[in-house]
Amino acid sequence: MISLRYFAGLKEQTGISEEQVDMAGKTVEELWQWANEKYPEFLSGAARLAVNEEYALPTDVLASGDVVAFIPPVSGG
Amino acid sequence: MKAFEIVTTQINPQLYADFVLRPEAGAVTLFTGHVREWTKGVRTMYLSYEAYIPMAEKKLAQIGEEIEQRWEGTKVAIAHRIGELQISDIAVVIAVSSPHRKSAYEANEYAIERIKEIVPIWKKEIWEDGEEWIGDQKKKPEGESV
Repeated sequence: MISLRYFAGLKEQTGISEEQVDMAGKTVEELWQWANEKYPEFLSGAARLAVNEEYALPTDVLASGDVVAFIPPVSGG
Repeated sequence: MKAFEIVTTQINPQLYADFVLRPEAGAVTLFTGHVREWTKGVRTMYLSYEAYIPMAEKKLAQIGEEIEQRWEGTKVAIAHRIGELQISDIAVVIAVSSPHRKSAYEANEYAIERIKEIVPIWKKEIWEDGEEWIGDQKKKPEGESV
C-alpha cells in the first residue's frame, strides 16, 4: 500500500489529510492522474508530489510502504 | 533548538544568532520575517501556517548545505514557526555567519528565496471577510513575502 498525505488547500479539497491506496508498481504520474480523477477540483496541476519526503519525478515508480505527499505551491516565509 | 527546525511557539532570534557565531566569523546577518497587517490593500487579521514538518526540516537543512557550499566559511541556522500567528509575530528567522559581511548578506537573502521555492510550508491569510491559502489559488493578494 501507498500512504497519501494532503496539505493546506488540497487537504480542504479532499476533506482528509491521509489515505491509503493500492498503487505499488505504478508511476508518480499514474498516481497524479488517479488523484485528479478522484478529486477533479485539484485541477491546478501546480502541485508537486514528494515521495518519502523528496520531490519526485513523474516517471518514478512507487513501492509498497512509500509515503507520497501532494505539495501545493508553497508559501512559507 | 536545532539548526534547522519548524517550531510551534514564539521564536527567539538570538538563539539562532548565537548558534552560528564562531571565533572565525566577522559578520552575522539575522533576518526575521514578520506577519504583515496590510497586503495590497487587504487587511490581515492573523495568519495560520501549516508544514509537512519532517520534509520541511530536511529542506531547510538542504538550503543550509547549499549555502555552506556556495559561500565558503558560512554557517547557517533557520527556524520557521507554524500555527496561528498574530500581526508582527516572527514567522521565520535566518542567521548566517561568515568571515566577512558580504557573504553573510548574500547567503541570508538566498535562504529566504529558497524557502519560498522548496520548503513545504503554507500560509493562510485570515481577513475580516474571508480567508485564503496563499500560493494555492491566485485569487487575492499575491502573498509576495513577509
